[in-house]
Order: sequence, then C-alpha cells, then structure tokens
Amino acid sequence: MDFPILWMKIAVVLVGLLATVPIMLFVERRGSALMQDRLGPNRIGPFGLLQAALDVVKFLFKEDRALRHTNQAYFTLAPWIAVVPAFMTFAVIPFASSMDWDGRHVSFQIANLDVGILYCFAIASLGVYGIIIAGWASNNKYSLMGSLRSSAQMISYELSMGLSVIGIILSFSSLKLGDIALGQGQAFFTVFGHTIPKWGVLIQPLGFILFLISVFAETNRLPFDLPEGESELVAGYHLEYGSMKFALFFMAEYINMAVASALVTTLFFGGWQMLPGFPYLHHVLFGSAEFQTQEIARVGFEALSFLSKIAFFMWLFVWVRWTIPRFRFDQLMHFGWKVMFPLSLLNVVLTAYLVMKGVL
Amino acid sequence: MLIKRKAPWWNVFYLIEVISGLLITMKHFLFKKTATLQFPEERREYSDRYRGLHYIKTVNNVENCTACMLCPTVCPAECIHIVAEERADKEKYPARFEIDLLRCCFCGMCEEACPKDAIKLSNIYEMAQVERIVLEKDVLLDQRGGK
Repeated sequence: MDFPILWMKIAVVLVGLLATVPIMLFVERRGSALMQDRLGPNRIGPFGLLQAALDVVKFLFKEDRALRHTNQAYFTLAPWIAVVPAFMTFAVIPFASSMDWDGRHVSFQIANLDVGILYCFAIASLGVYGIIIAGWASNNKYSLMGSLRSSAQMISYELSMGLSVIGIILSFSSLKLGDIALGQGQAFFTVFGHTIPKWGVLIQPLGFILFLISVFAETNRLPFDLPEGESELVAGYHLEYGSMKFALFFMAEYINMAVASALVTTLFFGGWQMLPGFPYLHHVLFGSAEFQTQEIARVGFEALSFLSKIAFFMWLFVWVRWTIPRFRFDQLMHFGWKVMFPLSLLNVVLTAYLVMKGVL
Repeated sequence: MLIKRKAPWWNVFYLIEVISGLLITMKHFLFKKTATLQFPEERREYSDRYRGLHYIKTVNNVENCTACMLCPTVCPAECIHIVAEERADKEKYPARFEIDLLRCCFCGMCEEACPKDAIKLSNIYEMAQVERIVLEKDVLLDQRGGK
C-alpha cells in the first residue's frame, strides 16, 4: 500500500465531493430560475456565485435547537448516517486510468475492490437508514410518513436498479468498476472509419434507462421525491431539522447525486474514457512531449472527460427536477413493480441470451 | 372518483413525454426572456392615473386647500383629519391636515371630490415604513409628481 498517494486520492475525492454541494446549490437555483423565466439570486458576487458561500455561513450561525419531543440520540445520529455512506460510495469509482509514475503504479481509484458494484449498492442503500431514523426520531407524523414512503420506495426501486446493472456485469464479466470502465474502451463497431467504443449505453440501452430512473428514485430526487413531498408532508423526514443538521441532509442529497452520476458514467458512459475529440487534442498538444508529461496529460484529459460526463448527469438531475411533477404514491409503486421490474428482468434474460450467443 | 383516461400504450413508459417536457424546459432555459424586474435599478412605469402617495397641490407656495371638509366627508376609510383656521391671506385654511396611511384605501375619492384641485394622488408606490405613520401637512405639501 502506498499510503501518501492513497491519502492524496482520498483528499481529492473528499474535497471534490464537498465542493459539488455549493456548486450544485448555485446551479440548481440559477438553473431553476432560468427555466421558470426568472433570474434567481444574482446580487451577491458576480452572477450570484457567492450566494452559496453565504448560505453556508448562515447554516453555521443558526441555532441548533435541542427539541424536547425528539429522541435525541437518534435525532443527532440520523444526519451522519445519511451523509457518511454518500461519501463512502465514491471509494470504488475510478476517475482516470492508471499510470506509471516515478517507478510506481498509480491507479486513480481509492480502492479497487473485487466486488466493486456490490459495494456501491450496499453502501448506497445504507443512506436510507439515515432517512428512516430521522423520520422516526423526529416524533412527528409527517416525518414518519416521509421516511415510510422512502423505505417503500427504496425497496421497490433498488430491485430494478440491481437487476438493470446485471446486464453490464454480464457483458464485461467483471464486478470491478475499473475493469468495466476499461472494457468500455474496446471498439464496438466502425461507422465511416470512426470507431464507436463499446460504451455501456450502446450495448445496454434498456439497462441504461432503467438504471437512470432507479437512480433518480434512489437519490430521492423529483419525480420521486416522495419522502420530502413539500405539498403534502411539509418537508418530510427533515421537517424537524435545522442548522447544520439540516445542512448535512442537504449535503447528503447532493453528494448522492454526484455519486449516482459517477456511477451512471462509469457503468454506461465509459467512465474515464476520453470524450470524442480529446484523444486528438491530446495528440496535438502533447504528442511531441516527453513520455512522463504525455502520461500526466492523458490522465488529466481522462479526469476532465470523467468530470464533464458527471457534470452532464448532475445537470440532468436538475433539469428533470424542474420539468416533471412528483408521482403519486400508488403510481410510484405501480411503476416500480409493474413496469420497471419486469423490464429489468427482461433485460437480464435478453443480455444473458446475447452473451451466450457471443454477440456481446 | 377515479376517472380513467384513455392513453396510448407507449405512455406506460412515460419516456417520450418526459423527453418532450425536458425540451420545453430547455427552451425556456436558453431562449425565453426572464420576467424579472431588477427592482432598485429598474422600476415599473405606471400610468398617470395610478393612485399612490397623497400630496396637496400648491400654487406660489400657497396651498390650494380651503379646508372645505369635502374630502374627509367623502373618504370611505375616514382617514383624513382637517382642522380649519383663519389666516391673514386666506379666509380658511387647514391648520392641520393629516392622512392616516394605514387606513387609506387609495380609492381616490378625495381627489375626485376636491373642488379646489388641492388633494392629489401621486405615482409614488413605495410606502413601506418601519412604524405606523400619519402624513402631516408639511409632508403633504411636498409636491410629488406634479400632476
């Protein structure tokens, strides 16, 4: 184990994830405003960029009330249970391919676990315990309703989420996210001399759609934000929370979004595989440079591709949120069990058949 | 009652509808002009008939008002209080002229009733105050808007 490098990677991932929260706060507010023909907060700093920073300051200075009717131990614990797994999931996601540097083999992934995807799902579903405990400890009927809905929703959508990924696992015959990202660099077919890579979305279009929808349900974002449900449950599970405790739930939501986007990117959009045009750019800019510089530039381009893919999916989360209204609860259950589940089973069977025939 | 609506079979998966919805929001995001008015810098233009903050019209620094008491009589909110007195240059003038802004409903009937063209409603609509105020005569003599 190369500990200094490992710590550096952990620091980069932690800081990067923490930085997404204010950025997404800004994007969400200004983006939603522009979609609704408003301007949004634009007074503090250029384009209102410092608004998020001031929101953080506000959260820090707010009083942290100790509510007498709540179960104090669980009430304090719940935000942590929500936020910590959100950070943990990112440990297995590769954000660039590995390179040799100074005689060392550096892989840009905190932990290359053999059970990569399974670890992701295991940890991601821990997050719902935070919501359930929050709803229970709040000793409030709205909160409890919110967390009950959340758990029901998790159970129904985690099923199709897990099944929709099996197609990808079958096609790349590995659970390691690093292998899956690497496998998506292979040539799939060629059109007019352009090689189309074997991205997950091309070999598993149905699996991608199912996974994306399940991920929306898993992160409790609209159209599946029933645990919050402002109109009928006031604020759902975080109704009784204030100050930094609420901020932790808020952070958990956005970090979950970031992790989910990273997962969608890694499984279906080639992970760190370079975007079209980047290999050419790399060749033009660093083609004549030393091997070491070339390698570092390659990793930089890969990380940039990964980041821009994540950014697109983060934007998709915001975009969908301000487009689609919330599902009714029975519609949600109907959709989860009668549409998503059979389709994901179909996808598994179809992929297994194609893999058996040697097509994929 | 649950009303069953006939929907095409592909609506089961919602996907086409969702994508068209996404395109609509993107159209608004990219192309539509925002309706926001940047308030302190930009202000909305109101017509001259807008009924805002009151003032008493003066001609050569003498108020038009002769304290005839028509406006407090017609006022439905009973927010105008006038105390009439005599002055060397004027047989009857308002020694005190108060308008209780909290009671005023800005109906403009005082303006209509006034035979001397004295009480007027200006275009000014920013009347937020930190305390309950009654407009005194010296405030009302400020010629706002000059209608």
